[in-house]
Amino acid sequence: MINNLNILLPEIFLTLSIFGILMLGVFIKRSFNLVFNLSSIVIIVTITIILNSPNNVEKIFLESFIRDSFSQFFKLLILVSSLFVLNSSKSFIHDNKIDKFEYPIIILISILGMFFMVSSNDLILFYLGLELQSLALYILASIDRDNLRSSESGIKYFVLSALSSGLLLYGCSLLYGFTGSTNFEIISFELIDTNVGAIFAMVFILVGLAFKVSAVPFHMWTPDVYEGAPTSITSFFAVVPKVAGLALLIKFMFVPFSNILLEWQTIMIFISIASMILGAVAAIVQKNIKRLLAYSSIGHIGYALAGVASGSITGYASSVLYITIYVVMNIGAFSCLYLMKKDGNYKEDIEDLSGVSKKHPILAISFLIILFSLAGVPPLGGFFAKFYVFKAVLEQEMYVLAIVGLLTTVISAFYYLRIIKIIYFDEKSSTFDKVKNKVVQVTVFLSCSILITFFLYPYFLNNIVNSLFIV
Amino acid sequence: MIEIGLGHYLTLGAIIFFLGVMGIFLNRKNVIVILMSIELILLAVNINLISFSIFSGDIVGQIFTMLTLTVAAAEAAIGLAIIVIYYRNKGSIRVEDIHGMKG
Repeated sequence: MINNLNILLPEIFLTLSIFGILMLGVFIKRSFNLVFNLSSIVIIVTITIILNSPNNVEKIFLESFIRDSFSQFFKLLILVSSLFVLNSSKSFIHDNKIDKFEYPIIILISILGMFFMVSSNDLILFYLGLELQSLALYILASIDRDNLRSSESGIKYFVLSALSSGLLLYGCSLLYGFTGSTNFEIISFELIDTNVGAIFAMVFILVGLAFKVSAVPFHMWTPDVYEGAPTSITSFFAVVPKVAGLALLIKFMFVPFSNILLEWQTIMIFISIASMILGAVAAIVQKNIKRLLAYSSIGHIGYALAGVASGSITGYASSVLYITIYVVMNIGAFSCLYLMKKDGNYKEDIEDLSGVSKKHPILAISFLIILFSLAGVPPLGGFFAKFYVFKAVLEQEMYVLAIVGLLTTVISAFYYLRIIKIIYFDEKSSTFDKVKNKVVQVTVFLSCSILITFFLYPYFLNNIVNSLFIV
Repeated sequence: MIEIGLGHYLTLGAIIFFLGVMGIFLNRKNVIVILMSIELILLAVNINLISFSIFSGDIVGQIFTMLTLTVAAAEAAIGLAIIVIYYRNKGSIRVEDIHGMKG
């Protein structure tokens, strides 16, 4: 029994430390710094626990919880990205007076929810993990509670996300009814025979999951929540829940719905094409960088879903690789936003960047690298991410999807290049405050160097993501 | 006398679910009504789960229902808290007034 609990060790450790840190935060006055540093330490310790655990497949609690290399990989990705997001945003949190001790604790709680999501093997555990994550995210969106825009983004996110959870849960209940079980493997086995009710349920579940990763046509909340929430929260929203949502989507397609591939493939192709087109077209007219990044993230999710839509192991693997590169790019992009500080205020309009290259050459070159990578210019990381996705799509001979993907890549290059033009060639030269923030600089540097040097070792990551799907 | 079977319960669940979804989209007055609609959706799911559980003789559906009820309570609590802070900032919770950012 004790041996079995080792499987659950990261979750147990995370839960107990959340309790402990919460108590410290309540009883010690002005405990933000203490709680913040402890939370970072907890994340690092959890990373080491996961790295030291064996790689074999284990299931416990009536096979509802599974530990395999797939869940391990996504847990590591979630932890590492939230470590960087959290630490690079520390001075932003201080400057904007949202340094409440609950902040890092709620982030830890949402990470715990994501852990249960990615290692669930049962509808009940999956739903509970999803809700634990969503409830924490509602609070995070409205954490700046004296700010009208933050509370408005909280209310919008709450209403739409609760609706999508409801749809998803309705789908779960139908799936349970028509297959007679909540276990993913038994559901997959039951779906070998045609089962109209279960296909109906699949549509509901797909809608709920598409909402969580903000794919078109369920993307309405994304630009508003990204713009309204504080930038530190936006950077968390843009990175970590996306990873967990995509992991869950791939898991659903790979395990319970693997036998009704033809039914969900059409829907997935539609969602993917619509996201790519909307992400490319709607971002052109944006003036706020956070809103622009919101539309760009919708487009990027479209590319990741194109890999899922191909329905093959290489497709899933390319999609995981895509989201990994996406995480690196977005952490870099949002860290650049923390360097755009003028007279004590953080700027978030594209106009504020005009002619920045004259006074801040390093910030300008980091923006250049990250935006080129987002646009998919070779030889940066973003190019390889798209390359593997399109390779997997073409292997399945889905030419329409590939052609639309390439066209939207060209369209979206327009608005990324427009920002670069504003940074380098605009007459007006704006200056920002000198920011002495080592963590942000290191984060931007790491992100840029990973993107630049990715072409030296593409097989390293590619081999890892391919090994995740070997059963 | 017609016998009430699984189909009737599922129809009831579907109707309540539909009412909940429509309540969110058609309502233009008050955010509290949206909160009630979300509760309706979750309760419709509970009717589904319990009837499936009874008619298939499998206890898992009822366990799922208990957990769903808990989640619904937590969701309502957080939803009300967010509505309270919004009201403090804006002085109104009319749905028409929630348009500070273009959506």
